[in-house]
Amino acid sequence: MNRFAALLDRLALEPSRNNKLRVLAAYFRETPDSDRGLALAAMTGALAVASIRPATVRALIAERVDPELFALSYDFVGDLSETVALMWPVDPARHHNRAPAPSLSAIVETLRATGKRDAPARLAGFLDDLDETGRWALLKLLTGALRIGVSARLAKTAVAALGDVSIEDVEEVWHGLAPPYAELFAWAEGRGPRPVSDDPAPFRAPMLAHALTPADMEALDPRDYIAEWKWDGVRVQAAVVDRADGARVARLYSRAGEDMSGAFPDMIEALLASTFVNVILDGELLVRDGAAIRPFADLQQRLNRKAPTAKMLRDFPPLLRVYDLLLDASEDIRATPFAARRRRLETLMRENPGAAFDLSPLVPFASFDELADMRREGPTATEGVMLKRADSVYVTGRPKGPWWKWKREPYNVDAVLMYAQRGHGKRASLYSDFTFGVWRDGDLLPVGKSYFGFTDAELSQLDKWVRENTTNRFGPVREVAHGADDGLVLEIAFEGLNRSTRHKSGLAMRFPRIARIRWDKKAGEADAIAALEALLPAPAVQPP
Amino acid sequence: MAGASDYLAAMSLSDVLTIAPAGLYCPAGDFYIDPLRPVARALITHGHADHARAGHGAVLATRETLDIMALRYGEKFAASRQAMAPGERITLGDVAISFHPAGHVLGSAQILVESKGYRVVVSGDYKRARDPTCAPFEPVRCHAFVSEATFGLPVFRHPDAAGEVDRLLRSIALFSDRAHMVGVYSLGKAQRVMALLREAGWERPLYIHGALEKITDYYARAGAPLGEIRKVSAADRATLAGEITLCPPSSLQDVWSRKFPDPVTAVASGWMRIRAFARQRGAQLPLAISDHADWDDLRATILETGCESLWVTHGAEDALVHWAGGQGIDARPLRLVGYGEGDEETAEGPA
Ligand SMILES: [Zn+2]
Ligand SMILES: [Zn+2]
Repeated sequence: MNRFAALLDRLALEPSRNNKLRVLAAYFRETPDSDRGLALAAMTGALAVASIRPATVRALIAERVDPELFALSYDFVGDLSETVALMWPVDPARHHNRAPAPSLSAIVETLRATGKRDAPARLAGFLDDLDETGRWALLKLLTGALRIGVSARLAKTAVAALGDVSIEDVEEVWHGLAPPYAELFAWAEGRGPRPVSDDPAPFRAPMLAHALTPADMEALDPRDYIAEWKWDGVRVQAAVVDRADGARVARLYSRAGEDMSGAFPDMIEALLASTFVNVILDGELLVRDGAAIRPFADLQQRLNRKAPTAKMLRDFPPLLRVYDLLLDASEDIRATPFAARRRRLETLMRENPGAAFDLSPLVPFASFDELADMRREGPTATEGVMLKRADSVYVTGRPKGPWWKWKREPYNVDAVLMYAQRGHGKRASLYSDFTFGVWRDGDLLPVGKSYFGFTDAELSQLDKWVRENTTNRFGPVREVAHGADDGLVLEIAFEGLNRSTRHKSGLAMRFPRIARIRWDKKAGEADAIAALEALLPAPAVQPP
Repeated sequence: MAGASDYLAAMSLSDVLTIAPAGLYCPAGDFYIDPLRPVARALITHGHADHARAGHGAVLATRETLDIMALRYGEKFAASRQAMAPGERITLGDVAISFHPAGHVLGSAQILVESKGYRVVVSGDYKRARDPTCAPFEPVRCHAFVSEATFGLPVFRHPDAAGEVDRLLRSIALFSDRAHMVGVYSLGKAQRVMALLREAGWERPLYIHGALEKITDYYARAGAPLGEIRKVSAADRATLAGEITLCPPSSLQDVWSRKFPDPVTAVASGWMRIRAFARQRGAQLPLAISDHADWDDLRATILETGCESLWVTHGAEDALVHWAGGQGIDARPLRLVGYGEGDEETAEGPA
């Protein structure tokens, strides 16, 4: 437990993803099976432990320390678990006889076998045996307040890094597994066979595309490729399978393999009611409005909720726009070329109509120039086109060559730098988070914030400029000169624009990045808010 | 103290020391202890900036503290100075004074003031944990004790410093391609961490920021077991993957630190025990290594002195005063404005 706790502390303070991965991989390498398995479960949200109320923790500490000293300490530290962990009285004799501290698995198993009445006494015993860090993590875990500085996907990536398997492989077997994942570790370390999933509707790690650059394009022959729209939704996988006992199962997975079925019960219902038999579909999840597609922000609202409200179910019905077929009538067709899979998909969709799903149409084209034009004029809810080699088989991961995404040119606006903030991690010493604004009635109105798009050399120029032109400081934030003559103009590229009531400007940029520093322009020449307002979608008409 | 005469029982701490605008003052001897602004005669416990200030008339301190003040403020830091050997007893006016090791930093001392047989000890800053770079704390029996309380809350129980250093070495084993930078204060903490690293078997040169050079040199000349120390040059920085560099905590966020390869930032301070402070300091590897007594050691020391009266200075006075009251000790907080502000470790506490 002490070790798991130390791992959590290190992960919480290490900003870089790659370094977190190394810390995790080292932990998995050095930790015995059941402990590392439970740690993995804790990091992927799969660890079930008996919970303990904060009131119980307070009662335990009240029996042991002066209430006045506890109050002063709690007031200073500000966190119950941490305060209790730090001031828990330790018997020096116990400290010196060096009995090994209880392991994560010993604690979890003991508490699982303990009734509610005896749980506080058991917990107290463990707190006696752990060190400060161990006590802190245990209290956080049992009070349900444990926050882990890594995503489930990163934890699984670290397991894959133990040996010669890929994260996609781990995602594929994941849904058939349960803690403490001994067979998963054995397989990853090359000591055992690939775990067999008995999940009737398992997740298949998706095939991903590379962004197409002009240089890439020159090497491509348009005749080898099939184009389709790139939809502005989220990538999902839907499985509809009949179990051996005849029961019908439907699942909706995110691109990373997270089960989204709970958030989209309406989609699950539609799939169960469909005439699909043993299929796995690859497509885009969107929110529909009759035959039209609603803005991404509406989909975002549903994605933010683990369980949708009745109003959301009514106002934001989902649509699955299908573009690939992995399993067709129980047959795994991933090794079949894309063109053939597409023909089978077209047949399948024709034979199984439904309001909640449709087929993503192809975009016929003769040349890349022609496609470039169509890409610019694409229908709403598209953000460009996809190019897929007709002969490409479906493989997991992101192979370079078979699939390309060719996004529409992002929008551009000239804005003025207003505030800068220090970055994190490697960039902690640099002003690297920039807030910029455009003109409205002679004043600058902040419209967005960005911390990428520039080269390292440009960043150090920006950092220097910020330091030399600071006019005010608020904690880590510096306000910089931004008058019409002394401000710095930044060319901001962004993917889209939505209305927003949360921003003072009334709009929210999607993925703004700093495309160029316009040293040549004066701040007075930057754009006005009208330039952005012209790009906004027309306001949705509210039904009376 | 046992055996005190009726006459002694009538005396109290405030007969010996008073609180004047410039700090703790002894009227019978006409001197201040660690005054907060320039005075005619000052007794200085140790070289940290909130205790040792420049511009006094006469300064009385240990040889090491005088040397450190000269290094920091220049030779003219006071009009005159006098060195006190540990345990040496001299008379000032109507009182006798002597200096006794405090175990805090090199040269740090507690000051014993004896007035008509009534003994008052002013601790300065002190610690009880082992430190290979300075003389260990010596408990001095007294009637009244003026104690620091930087870490005067039960949440502060400093872990074994060797264990903290071990975590640093394990991080280097895992991230041998990253520079390891340890934020430390220049007087005391830096040299203690160096000596602890040597004890843990780290034999490679230790790299230091220029701000640490003078004091570190002084420790080395005084015989502290620091091993090979190299000042980091601008050109070195990019090559220090897998090496340990010590620097002032503020340099961790500085332009200076940018050139090191993907640095792991460690901070060595007692405050690192609290996660919110570690986060606030941007420490990826918080090392709870302190130059101050923790809660357990504060209490043990107060009991060891046998004191009847206790004044508690800089830090968390309330908890210690509350505890001492429960022990039958007449305790009061001494909220001297100014302590902790220029101090090296106390400066990190919450504002
Ligand atoms: Zn000090
Ligand atoms: Zn101090």
